[in-house]
Amino acid sequence: MKSATFFVSGDSASVSVGADDLVRAITAEAARRGIEARIVRTGSRGLYFLEPMFEVDTEEGRLGFRPSGTMAECVAEMFDSDISPKARTCLGLMDDLPWLRRQERLTFERCGIVDPGSVGDYRYHGGFSGLERALGMEPRAIVTAITDSGLRGRGGAGFPAGVKWNTVLGAPGEVKYVCCNADEGDSGTFADRMLMEGDPFLLIEGMTIAALAVGAARGFLYIRSEYPAAIAMMRRAIDAARAGGWLGGDIRGSGSAFDIELREGAGAYICGEETAMLESLEGKRGMVRAKPPLPALEGLFGKPTLVNNVLTLAAVPLIIARGAAYYRDFGMGRSRGTQPFQLAGCVRNGGLVEKAFGITLRALVEDFGGGTATGRPFKALQAGGPLGGYIPEHLLDLPADYEALAEAGFMLGHGGLVVFDDRVDMLAQARFAMEFCARESCGKCTPCRIGAVRGVEVLDRIAAGVEPQKNLALLEDLCTLMTDGSLCAMGGLTPMPVRTALRHFPDDFRRSAAAAE
Amino acid sequence: MTETTPPADMADRIGRILAGHEATEGACLLVLQAIQREFGYVPAQALEPVAKALNLSHADVYGVLTFYHDLRWSPAGRHIVRVCQGEACQAMGARGLTEQLARRLDVGLDETTRDGAVTLESIYCLGNCALAPAVTVDGALYGRATEFLVLERLGTVR
Ligand SMILES: Cc1cc2nc3c(=O)[nH]c(=O)nc-3n(C[C@H](O)[C@H](O)[C@H](O)COP(=O)(O)O)c2cc1C
Ligand code: SF4
Ligand code: FES
Repeated sequence: MKSATFFVSGDSASVSVGADDLVRAITAEAARRGIEARIVRTGSRGLYFLEPMFEVDTEEGRLGFRPSGTMAECVAEMFDSDISPKARTCLGLMDDLPWLRRQERLTFERCGIVDPGSVGDYRYHGGFSGLERALGMEPRAIVTAITDSGLRGRGGAGFPAGVKWNTVLGAPGEVKYVCCNADEGDSGTFADRMLMEGDPFLLIEGMTIAALAVGAARGFLYIRSEYPAAIAMMRRAIDAARAGGWLGGDIRGSGSAFDIELREGAGAYICGEETAMLESLEGKRGMVRAKPPLPALEGLFGKPTLVNNVLTLAAVPLIIARGAAYYRDFGMGRSRGTQPFQLAGCVRNGGLVEKAFGITLRALVEDFGGGTATGRPFKALQAGGPLGGYIPEHLLDLPADYEALAEAGFMLGHGGLVVFDDRVDMLAQARFAMEFCARESCGKCTPCRIGAVRGVEVLDRIAAGVEPQKNLALLEDLCTLMTDGSLCAMGGLTPMPVRTALRHFPDDFRRSAAAAE
Repeated sequence: MTETTPPADMADRIGRILAGHEATEGACLLVLQAIQREFGYVPAQALEPVAKALNLSHADVYGVLTFYHDLRWSPAGRHIVRVCQGEACQAMGARGLTEQLARRLDVGLDETTRDGAVTLESIYCLGNCALAPAVTVDGALYGRATEFLVLERLGTVR
């Protein structure tokens, strides 16, 4: 063996558990053996539970390896086996891993495979074919394709993308903007981050197609400051795309112009709410705006603005390249296409699972997730971030579908699934929901600003066993007030985790009261 | 850490930052972020020149400064440890980890040790929820974090 090509994830989560050390181990051992090691830093495959791991190019495909002892031992053993499955730490061919093979990766088809810093590699793997097609299409035809695909917003609300695009396209005005919401504030979610770090050109391509469709020449990408690696990668990719003629005054000689400016958040959850994000992009406090006017008509700097989540825009290139029907054929009911689910928290196999809508929560938590990380009994699944409900075991057979979950009193949100084992105290989780709302409220309306503070106090009284019946009734009233009287979903949905905890785990609210007596 | 003397050349450095944002629409947050990158916090003395240059009121700038959790109006410790308090990390023991660190470092959450060495901060999701609990030490992200890991990192960088 003279040389070998290695693929090691440079994704920040992979690096957080030692991917850089692995690169050093490979480089050192290869040098010792006089083997030329070419190392490609890819994004992540989303197999976080196996990190740190690496892949090696072979004639059969990419072989995966995962150190069990030290990294140096694993690398030495891998070379000793002539880079073959005989090595004890070999995971086999990556394409054969059931965890990956059982997925339906459309948006994440390249993530973890390509070099995210290379336009050439992106093109080699089929990138920019959607944009090339879109450059030859009428704006209305692009919007129609998005409408026909059934794509809905992945930021949380599930609003039909085509309807929104059509509104911006039809809005009067010369100046329009496309804003990508990469605030990804929901705890338990990381798909936007993974995509921006692992396949940044896909997002650029999606934003550019959106701009062609609605008639925007400028775009803004709002990334939360908690994601420095994604910010760096997107900056680099935007520069590379511009240098390659994929952004700028004359995209690939088409005469169409579009460019993207990246702006960084500053640690405010509410700035994920689209109108607060627009305020923040304008440099102001992230105060939620009353709707109407819709951002589609009066958005950034008062101009018609298309706001979409990272995953919504990243689904666009494939829809244009392969056709609306291809995408629409995945999914169930009114939830079309695929959803990148994020398995997180106390789960054995945490990571990214992209599947068509309709898969049951149980299949996600048990078949993909492998149950709890601790091996202790499962207790609750929080779906949809800090504003999402807590789902008990007996409801895990619900399909992951916007309507089915809503009907049962839950939401899918951005697809984050946080598993809790039996050590969790649901009263503490309900209290956290209120506390988080109090901390992150923009302060514009009273039910949210004051209600959340009262909510924490009421839950503390319940926990202390002070007049539990009276305080539970008070909590219920408070939840109703917040749901009905809040201007946005921050205050409006905070009752969801509180109420679902109360409804499905009543013992935790009684136990605390009983213990206090 | 109540009294802080701003650096002598502060006015010049702020002037340069402002000059770099002359043509930018809605620059207030960007400017404050740049000032924080420059000084590690936003000195009170910065508000006046920023307001003036951006044609805003003092209250506008103050409002932006106080809205965002990232922006500080006093310097942090020499090292910053951020422990994720999001639900995925809670499910993996983040509350206990936070308490251990607070006890070990003898500091409250969102406070700085008396010797100014370490600021212990809460943060709500670092996007590392599959490898919880997650922390950052001086900006570097760690997953499957433990008290030992954080103290070791602080030991090596301290
Ligand atoms: C409190 C709050 C936080 C939100 N956070 C995000 C976020 O981090 N990312 C996001 O894309 N959408 C977030 N949303 C939803 C946005 O308001 C908006 O619906 C979305 O960006 C529209 O894009 P989409 O249609 O592609 O989903 C949030 C909403 C609320 C009420
Ligand atoms: S519900 Fe809360 S976050 Fe939303 S506008 Fe009202 S105060 Fe602001
Ligand atoms: S909840 Fe802690 S990293 Fe996401």
